[in-house]
Amino acid sequence: MSLDDAFKDPFFRDESFFGDFSYKNSPHAVNRFPFPFPEDDYMYSVNMEPHVKGRPGSIFEHYFDVDEHYVSEMRDRARVLEQDPLRCQSLPHMTLAGWDLLELIMEKFAEEYPQWFALTKDSNRWHWINRPLGIDQKFTFLDESTLPMGPFEYITRQAQGDFTLQDQREDNLWIEAGMVTSQADWSLDFDIGMNFHEWHAPVPLAHQMGIFDRALKFLLALQHGAPVRRFNWTMTVDPLLDTSPENYHKWGPTKTTLTPENIGKRQHLRVELQTLIRLPRSNAICFPIRCYLISMDDLVTRPKWARRFHRVIKTVPDELATYKGFIRNKPMILDYLSKFDDGAPTSPGWWPED
Amino acid sequence: MSQTQADEVMKSRPLYGTLTPKQGSSHFIVADGEGGDAVAALLNAAPDMKPLAHIVYIPGANGTDLTALLEGLGARVFHPAPSYASASQRIRKVLGDAHMGLQLYVAGTEGLIGQVQRDAIAAGLPHDALTTEQRGSKARRVQCVHCKGITENVTLDPFVCSHCGLNLFVRDHYSRRLAAFQGVCIDAEDPGEVPPSEERFK
Repeated sequence: MSLDDAFKDPFFRDESFFGDFSYKNSPHAVNRFPFPFPEDDYMYSVNMEPHVKGRPGSIFEHYFDVDEHYVSEMRDRARVLEQDPLRCQSLPHMTLAGWDLLELIMEKFAEEYPQWFALTKDSNRWHWINRPLGIDQKFTFLDESTLPMGPFEYITRQAQGDFTLQDQREDNLWIEAGMVTSQADWSLDFDIGMNFHEWHAPVPLAHQMGIFDRALKFLLALQHGAPVRRFNWTMTVDPLLDTSPENYHKWGPTKTTLTPENIGKRQHLRVELQTLIRLPRSNAICFPIRCYLISMDDLVTRPKWARRFHRVIKTVPDELATYKGFIRNKPMILDYLSKFDDGAPTSPGWWPED
Repeated sequence: MSQTQADEVMKSRPLYGTLTPKQGSSHFIVADGEGGDAVAALLNAAPDMKPLAHIVYIPGANGTDLTALLEGLGARVFHPAPSYASASQRIRKVLGDAHMGLQLYVAGTEGLIGQVQRDAIAAGLPHDALTTEQRGSKARRVQCVHCKGITENVTLDPFVCSHCGLNLFVRDHYSRRLAAFQGVCIDAEDPGEVPPSEERFK
């Protein structure tokens, strides 16, 4: 796979998610940012809704959102995988689910972004073109020997966001494959093979609230062709996609370097769009976890978001702020945001201008 | 009651039962430390098992050594082993060769039970062929999430990773595949600021 032809389309930003952190959102990307708070406070909920197409221009316009960060994100994924190959694993019985996902991504990309992607099929002989990444691949569908790597790794090196595949058996879901390079502090290598309750064990409060029992029951009944989605969020210092526990001792210290002067530029709201998709052949559930990052400086350019985010952070229980990893900087974040909250009421929903 | 009591219910942590005799064509029994008492109780309650029993016994890391007791039980095969690592080839071979009707019993520390469970699953043994009983030390097997090295018999929290030397706290997160808890750097954000260790897993 060659990235040499990248960036020919000026739509795609040439930027980094580590080192000099040149990642930035264009005004267009700020405006379509998935601000995840429909109300002025926050508490856990299953908060699932059908994954249907939404407003033109929004991140819901397409089945999979390919945005201006696509090429640089894929380059960051390749970098992380090179440093730590354990970030992509698939247990042997998950190969069919990998093909299911490859088919879904190729078909949706080609259908929704014909200017960048093309898929032609002659029976099982497929031809895939990914122009932004400079990939031209002929292969035989369901024949692993015709791809340079397994189908799951092959296709998730070309799609933004982390992906996990869950096998369904014994009335439970088992996380048995994953491509995880932009994670909010969880380890695929540790969690692979666990069932639904096991991999969620470290989450505080939610078990006692029955959140996971309800979510599992819902997901076991998930139907092919009726995907669902939800948001999750946390806070990240610098636009670092790879906040892995493996490297926590390397990125953790950056939390101590925030100051009132740099917090607007360096503190980011990290939003995960989580989608749940039943796959047709394997009956596995695919779980794309797409990460969106926005700096506080950019977030407060939308007055409604600025007011609401101040109120949300103020009401987050300390236990949750600790789990999400920003308890240390919570006071400084609140100081910063308070300057943008005049107490005026906010309209319902998350759209910036409604 | 010498059976170890679970001190908390954690979602990713397995629960254990009591060794009780089961119908089987052969009985493979693995134990460490105080788990030897559970094995003695099992075979003394069901002496018919003895001619069909193969015991592997590993003295506890805390010094408990019931080798003499188990050797005297009269099992068809008794194999004393100094460590799990030294016995693991034998255990995997026996599990791999298992015919229908083999019953597997494991008694002792969570680290031992987890490793035998892991090897039994890998060998394709049915879930209901395995009986476990936790006895003795609550010391934990902990995998360092940073270097992936496993430190055996962790009693202190925080502790120093025996592989990479980072200061780790023991997260209540357990992987059956690795038969280990997760250890995470405790002073990542403030290097050197490590709270005093407490003996949490005696």
